[in-house]
Amino acid sequence: MSSVIAATASVQRSAQRRWLPVAVIWLALVTVPVWFPLLGGYNALAGSVLVFGLAAMGLNLLLGFTGVLSFGHAAYFGLGAYGAGLMLKYVAASTPLAMLAGTLFGGLAGTLFGLVIVRRRGVYFAMCTIAFGQIFYYIAYKWNDFTGGFDGLRGFHREPIGIGALTLDITDEQPFLFLSEGFRFYYFTLAMFTIAVVLMGLLVRSPFGRTLRAIRENERRARFLGIPVERHIWLSFSVSCFFTALAGTLYALLNNFADPLALHYTQSGYFVIMAVLGGMRSFWGPLLGAAVFWVLKDFLSSALPEEWMAFLGVIFVLAVLFFPRGMLGMLKRRSAE
Amino acid sequence: MLTSIIYNVANGLMLGAFYVLMALGLSLILNLSNVINFAHGNFLALGAYLALELSKVMGFWGALLIAPLLTALIGVLVELLMRFVYRRDPVYSLLLTFGLAFVMQGAMLWWWGPSPQAMEMPDILNAPISAELFFVNWYRIFTVVVVIATVIGVFAFLRHTRVGLRIRAGTLDLDTVSALGVNVKLLRTFNFTVGCLLAGLSGVLLTGKNGISPNMGDDYLMPSFIAIIVGGAGSLTGTLFGGLLIGITAAVTGAIYAPASEVVIFVMMILVLLTRPRGLMGEEGML
Repeated sequence: MSSVIAATASVQRSAQRRWLPVAVIWLALVTVPVWFPLLGGYNALAGSVLVFGLAAMGLNLLLGFTGVLSFGHAAYFGLGAYGAGLMLKYVAASTPLAMLAGTLFGGLAGTLFGLVIVRRRGVYFAMCTIAFGQIFYYIAYKWNDFTGGFDGLRGFHREPIGIGALTLDITDEQPFLFLSEGFRFYYFTLAMFTIAVVLMGLLVRSPFGRTLRAIRENERRARFLGIPVERHIWLSFSVSCFFTALAGTLYALLNNFADPLALHYTQSGYFVIMAVLGGMRSFWGPLLGAAVFWVLKDFLSSALPEEWMAFLGVIFVLAVLFFPRGMLGMLKRRSAE
Repeated sequence: MLTSIIYNVANGLMLGAFYVLMALGLSLILNLSNVINFAHGNFLALGAYLALELSKVMGFWGALLIAPLLTALIGVLVELLMRFVYRRDPVYSLLLTFGLAFVMQGAMLWWWGPSPQAMEMPDILNAPISAELFFVNWYRIFTVVVVIATVIGVFAFLRHTRVGLRIRAGTLDLDTVSALGVNVKLLRTFNFTVGCLLAGLSGVLLTGKNGISPNMGDDYLMPSFIAIIVGGAGSLTGTLFGGLLIGITAAVTGAIYAPASEVVIFVMMILVLLTRPRGLMGEEGML
């Protein structure tokens, strides 16, 4: 009897342990406009963290949960950004339409390219993703009249969203009561982020998500069990591209700007390091990685305008050599011990 | 018309020669160590800067000989770091070389500054080969000859020496090579060093074409990747043809419609992968 009680208590405790961090994460995210400025941050920076966190979490569906390395996700991120920007600039001044266009643009491009790329594995897969990703960088870079070339796409801005009689003014930068300026778009970003993360969570827990993890753990065995491995990797690639493209559209709306560097493989590398730094085997790891990485990069590039690249590189090298499991991976391991 | 064709093909050969030299080094490292060396373009820039410094002391010809060797020496140091990640998931080796590329570029930026520098070329290399072909100077001929000689040297080395045989065998099955008693660690280090040597050499040769800047290698990294993909994983001959093919294609396209010169090589890559997923000369069974 007492053992049953003890067992129930331990189940309750482990359930608590599982819910507590998630509650803390959401509480921290919701109250950003209140506490972040006190630490010297600003809402646009927090918005960037959410955007990059979403992109890195999207990438992590492929990297951490399927065990396949893409080093070209910036392409789909950037396509999302350009898709949204071009829609706003040339077709219709509507934020939802722009987001839809950008997400479809990036996601479908990834789905198409995935067909060709998934036949490879390991480093060759990574190499193909880089090469395919760079196509869009060069197109955006060279097609001056349409995309703005190296200077990036300007001349568009996010529009207020009308829902029936209600108008959601996400363009307003005024502070309100204890909320610092730019909080409106931050909350919009957070809402989009929440929807995407709930979808991701459902996906990871679904039979499809479990199949992906089975492929990660032992591809050969998964194949012997009759799982169509190529198709699953392709689907995983496609889904992760859609999420990354959605993040890209938010990036364009946040900055009212889309630049070719968002398409460059350096940006892909940033996404990968975010996932690894936070812990690519955990669901929330990439968000934590994005927060640490982006705030650090923001700080380094303003404090050391000349040398920040070398410092960033040193951080990459140290992270790879000494913290391969990432921050959440190390925490998990410690609590398991 | 004829001169225009000769001009563009000569340009393409030049460009292809650099792609080949870069891609061969990348391909050697990729085949044996299963590592994509993102820092390869930075080794190229390092070779160029070292040549710039050395040429002040020993002139161009001395720099041409010594700078690649010094670059290779730095390559040894980098490879020692790489040893930590060979046994791990490829994501770590990629991030490591990616980070090292940042470190190297940042270090060169700090030491030599961002503005491009020019290197004095010997007069003989600056002279055109004839009055009609005024756009082809001896430097271009010299570069192509050096690249051809180097490529022949690398292939002969791989085919006819014991170490070369081991590298080729390691490309197919490194575990078996290790089980046969070969010091695989040393083999990898040596192989990586040769790759960096080739990058350094292309850096020195490139000083006659471009200014020297910390990011001068960036333009050559992506085409080298494509040369390897088009040529086929695991095949150095494929890399060789892939490099030449995309060099000439890029130059000829650039002459017809300049903004498309980069995009066309990507289109070529997609066409090759659609019709022949393992690349033009890819080994059967290589992924």
